[in-house]
Amino acid sequence: MVLATTTKPVMGYVHSIETFGSVDGPGIRYVIFLQGCRMRCEFCHNPDTWNIGTGDEMTSDEILADAIKYRAFWGKRGGITCSGGESLLQIDFLIDLFTKAKAEGINTCLDTCGQPFTYKEPWFSKFKQLMAVTDVSLVDIKQIDTDRHKRLTGFNNETVLAMIQYMSDNGHHMWIRHVLVPERTDYDENLRDLGHYIKTLNNVDKVEILPYHTMGVVKYETLGIDYPLKGIEPPTHDRVVNAENLLQVEDYQGWRTR
Amino acid sequence: MKQMEKTATPSYWEGFVGGDWQTTINVRDFIEKNLNQYEGDESFLAGPTAATTKLNDEVLALKKQEREAGGVLDADNNVVSTITSHKPGYIEKDLETIVGLQTDKPLKRAFMPFGGIRMAEDALKAYGFDVDAEQHKIFTEDRKTHNQGVFDAYTPEMRKCRHYKIITGLPDAYARGRLVSDFPRIALYGIDRLMAAKAHDFENIGDGEMTDDVIRLREEVQEQYRALNDIKKMAASYGFDLSRPAENAQEAIQWIYFGYLAAVKTQNGAAMSVGRIDTVIDAYINRDLKRGTITEEQAQEYIDHMVMKLRMVRFIRTEDYNSLFSGDPIWATLSLCGMGIDGRHHVTKTAFRFLKTLDNMGAAPEPNITLLWSDRLPEGFKRYATEVSIKSSTIQYENDDLMRNEWGTDYYGIACCVSAQPIATGMQFFGARANLAKVILYTINGGVDELGKAQVGPAYEGITSDYIDYDEFMKKLSPMMDWLADVYVNSLNAIHYMHDKYYYEAAQMALKNTDLDRTFATGISGFSHAVDSISAIKYGHVKVIRDENGIAVDFTADNDDYPRYGNNDDRADDIAKWLVQAFFEKMNKHHLYRGAKLSTSILTITSNVVYGKNTGTTPNGRKAGEPFSPGANPAYGAEKNGALASLLSTAKLPYHYARDGISNTFGVTPNTLGHDDEARKDTLVNMVDGYIENNGMHLNINVFNRDTLIDAQQHPEEYPTLTVRVSGYCVYFADLTKEQQDDVISRTYFETM
Repeated sequence: MVLATTTKPVMGYVHSIETFGSVDGPGIRYVIFLQGCRMRCEFCHNPDTWNIGTGDEMTSDEILADAIKYRAFWGKRGGITCSGGESLLQIDFLIDLFTKAKAEGINTCLDTCGQPFTYKEPWFSKFKQLMAVTDVSLVDIKQIDTDRHKRLTGFNNETVLAMIQYMSDNGHHMWIRHVLVPERTDYDENLRDLGHYIKTLNNVDKVEILPYHTMGVVKYETLGIDYPLKGIEPPTHDRVVNAENLLQVEDYQGWRTR
Repeated sequence: MKQMEKTATPSYWEGFVGGDWQTTINVRDFIEKNLNQYEGDESFLAGPTAATTKLNDEVLALKKQEREAGGVLDADNNVVSTITSHKPGYIEKDLETIVGLQTDKPLKRAFMPFGGIRMAEDALKAYGFDVDAEQHKIFTEDRKTHNQGVFDAYTPEMRKCRHYKIITGLPDAYARGRLVSDFPRIALYGIDRLMAAKAHDFENIGDGEMTDDVIRLREEVQEQYRALNDIKKMAASYGFDLSRPAENAQEAIQWIYFGYLAAVKTQNGAAMSVGRIDTVIDAYINRDLKRGTITEEQAQEYIDHMVMKLRMVRFIRTEDYNSLFSGDPIWATLSLCGMGIDGRHHVTKTAFRFLKTLDNMGAAPEPNITLLWSDRLPEGFKRYATEVSIKSSTIQYENDDLMRNEWGTDYYGIACCVSAQPIATGMQFFGARANLAKVILYTINGGVDELGKAQVGPAYEGITSDYIDYDEFMKKLSPMMDWLADVYVNSLNAIHYMHDKYYYEAAQMALKNTDLDRTFATGISGFSHAVDSISAIKYGHVKVIRDENGIAVDFTADNDDYPRYGNNDDRADDIAKWLVQAFFEKMNKHHLYRGAKLSTSILTITSNVVYGKNTGTTPNGRKAGEPFSPGANPAYGAEKNGALASLLSTAKLPYHYARDGISNTFGVTPNTLGHDDEARKDTLVNMVDGYIENNGMHLNINVFNRDTLIDAQQHPEEYPTLTVRVSGYCVYFADLTKEQQDDVISRTYFETM
């Protein structure tokens, strides 16, 4: 395995840390929210994580030393999760952190939307290196329809689906998550297509519908950014159930035992 | 020897594994020999019977009437409550499988003047009942009460500390409570055997030299003996013969409950614990099920009916008392599970059955269900317990590993809200709380009370500079804490002397060993504010703002980013650890009544609101009159690193110096625990396990959204049984005062987006 050869530690740019993450991977998790994202998802509730190159500079050793204090809460399945922002924008740091975490026997989870994925070198080799020390990835598919994806996030979904296909083909376990937004993603035809697509994949341990919520609005106000989904309410319970049925979420139970 | 016993096993013990418990009074040994561990899940449980539902509906209707009547449905004013003072009372006799009420009618409150006649009369007046002239004369002219005894002995300084609320909630006008009796003794041995054992003990007290201690104990054991006889008489009035041991499960539960009933007929203690009865009852149920004499439905019905009775226990209280301990709590604390010293867990089907009552009869604050937790309890139970917790917010979790090791026995129960007590061999003198946030202010103000503006503490030189110098402050804090420790402990010495003399708990003590280890419980309030204030002074460069009399009334910190307790930051948490130990050691220098061993607690019940009301602005920025955070919880708004960092700060506090309990009240929204029921249970199990593994002592768990509480405050009629856990107990939200509801709403609810 090739590790950074310089003596200078790889720095992570950290937006914030949550010691009690219970919806960010298996069990209770220590979640590191990394700073920086290129996508501009209209429903994003963390616009304060968008700027690249800001945030608190921390080394993986500093983070691990703090994370380990919470180990007793992790039980058999918990561990650490890197989220964002877009965590893959700091892939060198992820490799450093997860490699050290695995050496300590800590479960590692990557939360990504996959947008930075590419087969180009040297990035692709790094990604393979990262996957070798990642136990499970939380992957967001924002929209299966690439045009709607582009309108919703600013990017089409090709790299996202390419990454997912790679994970599917190479034995990397995933939880697939889909944010249900009225007027953006809550269309039966899109949900049905997404359901069919996920059915073609291997190693999907869980499929989750995350109902859109408006708790991020206040952050937009603070940052002085216009809120893109003004007037759109969270989906009704019936629509959430409908989406879960179309995605056949009950068929994906691997997360209970893995 | 055990074989020999077997050949002569009387019918009531047939089917049990014999042992020392047959020849000596030793419930713990019975449990060890007759434990039926259960590893499975809740699928065996039975729902409510028709009788249970009908009775429960009647009780809920009465509760509604009680609330509508302003809090009290009916009250005695001229029958002094004793074990035998009342005729039998029933809800609906033919449907009840477990019987017995405190008075002759459901929810009618008893007249209990021995703690103090004025308190008893004020309580009656507060709810519009007449005071009886004859009783008034008896308890003011003819017969002295505990309250009068204490005030005869108090020094002027003690009265002053009480008046200015640097010491609050002292049990000097009501019963001190906090005894966990060994109620299963009655089922296992019958009253005659217990009386014979007390008679035997009596013969062996002292060597003929009549010292104070010998005289007192001889008198007490005689009173215990008479109380046992009275329990027998009371049971006979209901048609039961308690002279002999119980023959079956229904009798065992009934016998145990009669013991508890005797306790609540004679004492109006702040806490009237049920103790630890699950494994013994389980042994009886298991025997009956094996014999085919009962079904699971019947077993559940007995448990439901007993719990229904525990939900109906009432005391009449004054307004002052209610503002301290809101929601009519009696702390019928019921301890379940735990681990044996032999390494076996004590989870039985009956622990499940007790939890099932919350489903069969709806959520309720009593009994105060306490799970003695260890990560070695079986998964099936852990998951069911957390499911009930998520649904009802009625459960507290306590660290069995910590308590079992510290107290050296696996046969302990929880007294009051949080405190452990060896059931057979220990007792506790309950001692309320000293206000450590106020002592910070007394240090700064040279002993002058910041709100009352009177010289209450000693007139040591206060802080006179604009900015508080940390070293100077710490040098001055120590003697002020010495003074408080002195006056506090000595007030309690007077209280417990008089309580033993005028309001001795004969019925409860009769169900313990004669030779007891005593603990002298003290407590701390304003803990997090004291810690953060010291940290502010150390790291924040605090400036004092004084009024025209030179009294510090406000503070500003130049660096508001100083470390605060509740973030798993050792700089603040080390101050917290130091404060507990230092105050303990200062109190521990003193003479303690009756050779008791000092213990202290960091728990405040709902009294954090009243304590805060009576305390000025503190250097950590808490404004005058604002509630303290409850128990050992971090100050509201101080927690910046999330739920687990907050829990780990509390978990660092040294239980060895706070053996009376370190209470953490934890609030979390359902969605923060997980996106579905299974994930939520997983999270809660891991969270409790992690807290216990880090030596956390106690955890109240509330799972709901703040919006629910706000809605319940506005529309109480729609939430008649919404329960919340406050520090160390559980209340109907609708029964809290408006101020306390606001406090509960403003607490930290950990939330993720």
